[in-house]
Amino acid sequence: MTNELDIFVGNTTLIDEDVYRLWLDGYSVNDAVALRVRSGILEQTGATAAVLQSDTMDHYRTFHMLERLLHAPPKLLHQLIFQIPPSRQALLIERYYAFDEAFVREVLGKKLSKGTKKDLDDISTKTGITLKSCRRQFDNFKRVFKVVEEMRGSLVDNIQQHFLLSDRLARDYAAIVFFANNRFETGKKKLQYLSFGDFAFCAELMIQNWTLGAVGEAPTDPDSQVDDMDVDLDKEFLQDLKELKVLVADKDLLDLHKSLVCTALRGKLGVFSEMEANFKNLSRGLVNVAAKLTHNKDVRDLFVDLVEKFVEPCRSDHWPLNDVRLFLNQYSASVHSLDGFRHQGLWDRYMGTLRGCLLRLYHD
Amino acid sequence: MPGKLKVKIVAGRHLPVMDRASDLTDAFVEVKFGNTTFKTDVYLKSLNPQWNSEWFKFEVDDEDLQDEPLQITVLDHDTYSANDAIGKVYIDIDPLLYSEAATVISGWFPIYDTIHGIRGEINVVVKVDLFNDLNRFRQSSCGVKFFCTTSIPKCYRAVIIHGFVEELVVNEDPEYQWIDRIRTPRASNEARQRLISLMSGELQRKIGLKVLEMRGNAVVGYLQCFDLEGESGLVVRAIGTACTLDKLSSPAAFLPACNSPSKDMKESPLVHPPSHGCRSTHNSPIHTATGSRLTQNFSVSVPTLIYTGMGSGSAGKEGGPFKALLRQQTQSALEQREFPFFTLTAFPPGFLVHVGGVVSARSVKLLDRIHNPDEPETRDAWWAEIRQEIKSHAKALGCHAVVGYSESTSICEEVCILSASGTAAVLNPRFLQDGTVESCLEQRLEENLPAGCGFCHIPYDELNMPFPAHLTYCYNCRKQKVPDVLFTTIDLPIDATVIGKGCLIQARLCRLKKKAQAEANATAISNLLPFMEYEVHTQLMNKLKLKGMNALFGLRIQITVGENMLMGLASATGVYLAALPTPGGIQIAGKTPNDGSYEQHVSHMQKKINDTIAKNKELYEINPPEISEEIIGSPIPEPRQRSRLLRSQSESSDEVTELDLSHGKKDAFVLEIDDTDAMEDVHSLLTDVPPPSGFYSCNTEIMPGINNWTSEIQMFTSVRVIRLSSLNLTNQALNKNFNDLCENLLKSLYFKLRSMIPCCLCHVNFTVSLPEDELIQVTVTAVAITFDKNQALQTTKTQVEKSLQRASTDNEELLQFPLELCSDSLPSHPFPPAKEHLESASSNSGIPAAQRATSVDYSSFADRCSSWIELIKLKAQTIRRGSIKTTVTVEKASPMSEGNFRNRSAPPCANSTVGVVKMTPLSFIPGAKITKYLGIINMFFIRETTSLREEGGVSGFLHAFVAEVFAMVRAHVAALGGNAVVSYIMKQCVFMENPNKNQAQCLINVSGDAVVFVRESELEVVSSQPPTANCQSSCPGGDVTT
Repeated sequence: MTNELDIFVGNTTLIDEDVYRLWLDGYSVNDAVALRVRSGILEQTGATAAVLQSDTMDHYRTFHMLERLLHAPPKLLHQLIFQIPPSRQALLIERYYAFDEAFVREVLGKKLSKGTKKDLDDISTKTGITLKSCRRQFDNFKRVFKVVEEMRGSLVDNIQQHFLLSDRLARDYAAIVFFANNRFETGKKKLQYLSFGDFAFCAELMIQNWTLGAVGEAPTDPDSQVDDMDVDLDKEFLQDLKELKVLVADKDLLDLHKSLVCTALRGKLGVFSEMEANFKNLSRGLVNVAAKLTHNKDVRDLFVDLVEKFVEPCRSDHWPLNDVRLFLNQYSASVHSLDGFRHQGLWDRYMGTLRGCLLRLYHD
Repeated sequence: MPGKLKVKIVAGRHLPVMDRASDLTDAFVEVKFGNTTFKTDVYLKSLNPQWNSEWFKFEVDDEDLQDEPLQITVLDHDTYSANDAIGKVYIDIDPLLYSEAATVISGWFPIYDTIHGIRGEINVVVKVDLFNDLNRFRQSSCGVKFFCTTSIPKCYRAVIIHGFVEELVVNEDPEYQWIDRIRTPRASNEARQRLISLMSGELQRKIGLKVLEMRGNAVVGYLQCFDLEGESGLVVRAIGTACTLDKLSSPAAFLPACNSPSKDMKESPLVHPPSHGCRSTHNSPIHTATGSRLTQNFSVSVPTLIYTGMGSGSAGKEGGPFKALLRQQTQSALEQREFPFFTLTAFPPGFLVHVGGVVSARSVKLLDRIHNPDEPETRDAWWAEIRQEIKSHAKALGCHAVVGYSESTSICEEVCILSASGTAAVLNPRFLQDGTVESCLEQRLEENLPAGCGFCHIPYDELNMPFPAHLTYCYNCRKQKVPDVLFTTIDLPIDATVIGKGCLIQARLCRLKKKAQAEANATAISNLLPFMEYEVHTQLMNKLKLKGMNALFGLRIQITVGENMLMGLASATGVYLAALPTPGGIQIAGKTPNDGSYEQHVSHMQKKINDTIAKNKELYEINPPEISEEIIGSPIPEPRQRSRLLRSQSESSDEVTELDLSHGKKDAFVLEIDDTDAMEDVHSLLTDVPPPSGFYSCNTEIMPGINNWTSEIQMFTSVRVIRLSSLNLTNQALNKNFNDLCENLLKSLYFKLRSMIPCCLCHVNFTVSLPEDELIQVTVTAVAITFDKNQALQTTKTQVEKSLQRASTDNEELLQFPLELCSDSLPSHPFPPAKEHLESASSNSGIPAAQRATSVDYSSFADRCSSWIELIKLKAQTIRRGSIKTTVTVEKASPMSEGNFRNRSAPPCANSTVGVVKMTPLSFIPGAKITKYLGIINMFFIRETTSLREEGGVSGFLHAFVAEVFAMVRAHVAALGGNAVVSYIMKQCVFMENPNKNQAQCLINVSGDAVVFVRESELEVVSSQPPTANCQSSCPGGDVTT
């Protein structure tokens, strides 16, 4: 006796959160059944393995049918086939678009192309995440990217509107899209210590301050296509950053800057002597990073450069985080007192964001 | 009387991509009614077209309005080749034709294609202007309301219940026409869908005409079925109960009434004063002598094996029935009606006087081509025959009417089994003639029949019983005789006194049959039928006793015919009626004595059975109070003698049972395990696993013994098909397979719905079909309803059960308790509460603890026949019913937090763009009040695929289809302005597959009543504490009745 056909359809679609998780994690029906058996559900409910198998199959079929709708979440809200309470709909969407930290670190900043998709095998082996789940996550990134890539307006809002994600998740996706678009390198060995959260934090700051959308708070020309793009860095701004070079190229200016910082921090910094010794190096590093951002190649290496030029030197001298904060604050602020320097606004736009990023990046 | 149908096509959304090049679609819409077609403009390059068309107007006869569906086809415009169809929407505009129902149909409908399923949605507005005033309108059948609900719909009042209406129409099945060989599957499916839609409309119109001739204005319990007879044609038939209904005019006035028990109390003087009278006057004794053998109320009637072609007897059918009915109406003599049948399963108070037992008839027919669709004489004659037989069975039981009546067929190739069954009953004739219900009720009151047990009293003459039965005095009123067991096809009457809870009881049976052709096949089947019926009956009896119960309600026996086997599945809800005697146990007797190990085995089995009975009694809380001798008083010797007399007369030969007699008081239902068959029986008895803790199940509307429903409901359909290993199939293996299939299915349901615990599966409806040689298909539709365990813990003891039974809210009910407790339960305390359970309810009724025994009467069985009567009767008495207390088991979440959770999840629904539509097979919605009936939903869909594997195999295919059917039902209800379907039923789910060709096809037919309901919490002013508000209103109600 074999079950040829076995279905259960409720007027309200039954969603089992545990099975949904197993499905999202890419387990086959048999693996999922085995995992559920291990969870002790049989003992709790007195069910048999056959019942569990049938139940799991049923849920998997439902999820499979829902998947098409989950690709465009607003469809899930308007469709008529599955009657699902809104709270459940939100759960379905949120979980479907959730991603694994380990996975996102592997693809963050990579081009979301077929080529990358081919590498998913390796990522799966490396992270222990099933290939199926990797594909889902990758496809989610790509889908969101495609939809919002060319859109104007706030990136987070666009994502929220088209994918109905929670604020948090939408911000994460904004970071992913931003990184994918600008192809920031995140995979280098020296960047391995950074979490997705670190990058997402930086991405948010950069989106807020360094993109076209950042300046175009109130676009004068509503028809302008470039006005309000959150995804691309403001090219003009990056060009202008060259002007900052004077801070290190002009020796007087550099000395003055150093003395201003040292005067202000004397006695307040545990690592004062190290700072004093390293000031010029650090400043050169930070300013050169800015100056190089005109080249796409260097934009991609932004995080590598920041870690190499600033984080690592400080870390090797064992700066406490608080000293880093004090230093960066003073370093940014002192520029205002440099009479010969005319790019205060530019400096603030650059350094304000960079300071935030560096503080976030500065940890073990 | 023409009308004007107006249709506007507003927009589409989520359309499929029809042009691969552009990934877009150039959609337009054809609107067709009758032979007239309109088209919208083509909306270029969009998946969300906004047609916003003008109003398309069709001027049509109302006959067409009733028969024809509105057909909307969405197409993709193609300049160079033929336009591609995207899909269709059929809209039944019938609900717009009666004044009280919907006024406009407006909303998003899924666009359905029989090959691709749902492909996007279309927004349509439909209106009807009728050119005549209401009076003239009345002359046509348009104004007749139809209800699937098998009771008087809420918010209506029955003025007269006229009686049975039936009609059938036949046609050639398009699938079998020659043209089908050259047209596409899509065209063929659509032709079929359209034809059935047309036939349904025609059928409904014709039934409407009959109702008007009877001067009724509504059909209640309308059941329409399709017989897919294959080559020989397509039959659409319907039965129903014609009524004159009055809308309860001001819902506000009835507010407390409608949403709860109190309504019934107010409206029905019938609710009797607490039966003190009964109690005090009947100190009747326990029947000490009742230990005598019992017979089952079971007999098999004459053979009715008839082959096709015998058309006689249908004469006068054409104009006859309703004319006759009209005449009878004036004569107001129910006995003279052609068919005094009622499809209702629940009745207005006072309607049902006595219940005789189940009557059923079957006959095996050979199908041949319907030569002239306009003269469906043969089919009519077949049914007339069967109905005649039912009528005579009822008469034999001393009953003049049949209630809970239904008809069904099972077809395999050219053999067709027609079945009809119902419950023989004596009705109060005053409902059946002109005159208001009120007056009936008054009359009824004067008669002063005891409520709560009256329906159990035997309607037939004790000295002239149609079958051997064991009678005792009613354990409630002690005035009238009751049988020891009662089987019925109706719902538990609301005033019946029940002890403990009920449970789903199923008998399952398979019989192999040789493959044969034509008449030989029909003969083989007819020969098998009586044996199947007998075995099904025995199984039911055994299982009932195993549960410690004494009555079955909602009994439905389905016999399905296949190529090489017959399947029998009987489902019913077992209960313990306080008016009937305590069932005896089951005793196992070995036939081969002097075999030590065998004896041991027997005694082992016996012990197991006894343990099971004890366990079940505890599980279902069946604790009938033991009646002490003083209360019981002296025996009534006379009746006993009489019944003995009778016994000896009616049973020519039954040595065994006579022997049993000598065993004295302690006898029980005897199972002799002298052969493997019997062993198997015993085993199968013990393999039925009770539902897990927190679950109950029944196949009636509501679960006896639970009345505190909360508002969460989940309707579902589950389908399973198993393939039997074809080698060496034996009856035994087959039975086991079938039994496992059903049990596993139930287990799966319990597991799936575990998050709803505590809950009850209500209206569990199993359907068996045998699509192919080695395939068994079981389809289950039911609704899971949560109930409040904490409230259940309180002892609820009310004499007005009726109200409780139907009650939708628990709050009000609770309020009544205090009241009744003072009046009744206190006096009842003489019997100390049993264990944790308070048994106050039943305590008043003197239930002797006498053990009874039954045995099967084999004598009448020699008849080779294809139909039988099964009857059993019973009596219950006190109006008060056993309380519901529950379970001491510690369960998780407190009801409070569960309640909160539900509340929390509910409100967001309002924000959703798609309104929630509830579906339920029940006639009510827990915790809500139905404010309006919008019309009948009757839909038929075909789905076919030629890419079965790609759609996820058979399971994927059917899963998607069932989900789509639900979606289309919901969309239609929502477009009518409704938010629920009640009395929902999936009448047919015919699934055929051909995996080799990667093909499958499925036909589904569903129906129900579209309604508008309002949550009671929204009705109440005081939302947080509804009980307080209700107390005022319902308490006085309670007073009135007492």
